[in-house]
Amino acid sequence: MNFFYFASPSTFYRLAGILAPWCFAVAAILGAAGLYVGLVQAPTDAQQGEVYRVIFIHVPAAWMSMFLYFVMACYGAMSLTFNTRLAAMMARALAPTGAMFTFVALWTGAFWGRPTWGAYWVWDARLTSELVLLFLYFGFIALGNAFEDPRRGDRAAALLALIGVVNLPIIYFSVLWWNTLHQGSSVSFKGTSMHVSMLTGMLLMAFAFWSYSIGTALARVRTIILERERRTRWVRAL
Amino acid sequence: MSAVAAGSFSGAFRWAFARDLRLSWRHPGETMLMVAFFVLVASLFPLGVGAEPQLLQRIGPGVIWVCALLAAFLSLPALFAGDYADGTLEQMLLSPHPMSGWVSGKIAAHWMASGIPLTLLSPFLALQYGLDAGTLTILACALALGTPLLSLLGAACAALTLGARGAGMLLALLALPLFVPVLIFGAGAAEAQSSGLSPSPHLSLLGAGLIVGAMALPAAACVAIRIALD
Repeated sequence: MNFFYFASPSTFYRLAGILAPWCFAVAAILGAAGLYVGLVQAPTDAQQGEVYRVIFIHVPAAWMSMFLYFVMACYGAMSLTFNTRLAAMMARALAPTGAMFTFVALWTGAFWGRPTWGAYWVWDARLTSELVLLFLYFGFIALGNAFEDPRRGDRAAALLALIGVVNLPIIYFSVLWWNTLHQGSSVSFKGTSMHVSMLTGMLLMAFAFWSYSIGTALARVRTIILERERRTRWVRAL
Repeated sequence: MSAVAAGSFSGAFRWAFARDLRLSWRHPGETMLMVAFFVLVASLFPLGVGAEPQLLQRIGPGVIWVCALLAAFLSLPALFAGDYADGTLEQMLLSPHPMSGWVSGKIAAHWMASGIPLTLLSPFLALQYGLDAGTLTILACALALGTPLLSLLGAACAALTLGARGAGMLLALLALPLFVPVLIFGAGAAEAQSSGLSPSPHLSLLGAGLIVGAMALPAAACVAIRIALD
């Protein structure tokens, strides 16, 4: 099988059309299971009480906000080096979802911070760098749309995404490098300091968000493909 | 351009540096406006937040840094936009000189015309805020290290927005978030000095950022200009 078969927008359009509904279905099932485990089965936290349950949204959203930026930058690098059309379209399709997850992470964090820290917002390194990430997403979207020629916007935005990658390790390691109010991570590849049902709920939600992100990116890239290829014969034949 | 050795980095750097510096010397209005903006905005804060000496000493370093950052930002659109509009940028790209050389030269000239006046002026504003001599010196040092980094970051963003719709606002959205670390460490150095701590960690981080930025960002600006002229 030709490895680059799906690199053409016309073939990828059909593939995305088949995959997207499945991704949404998986996201709904995993999300329902994750919310059930998180809100019903997981025990009340000994220190924070019930308010800790926001982590089932907050932590997966924060993971996705960073991971989607990384994936977007990888697609950007691909579109700049190999000059592929589809990679640039995928980068553009991922950006709104990434911005949404960044906003959700900040928003749920604010509602967790009010009862726990006594403030909706503190200017520590983790929160500030995550806010910068939100502006990087906004800059990416705005720069991509600022040119008459969409290919020009693709390439400028891809370069911006690559410059902004510097921010990702800063977000990730900010709780270690600085003395932040934001707590350090409870989960690592070596083990966890959480109750197993809490971890299960969080991982289920993370996979639900993952599946949702793939689904929205595929659905969005389909509309981008149609818009850009509207003059081609295969789109007219649809 | 023919007078300097074609094809060498230093030749291209010197040529672009001298040209842009001469241009800003013959049109001093822009630098003057930027300096006036810097002083004016820094003078608005005591009128807005109240003129108690202790409060002013507390917020002084941060306010002066924010004002310097905004003033440096205001001078960014002129860095490439004029040469882009009249086709000079395209001619420079076609010349035998290495692109990284003349882009670095332009960035250095931009810093000479924006960062250096701001750095030299900052002690006078610091006196307005009643900062002591030690804090004032550290503030000027931090600005001397930080403003070239602002010029480098801003040059990459300015090159990205060449020919964009609403380039001014777009440049703000791109550049100001990237300026955040410079602001944090720059203002942090003076804050640390005024609260009796050592400013050297902040200054070291600014210096490290400057070295990394000087290596990576001119290349990013070159790629952005190539995208703009494609």
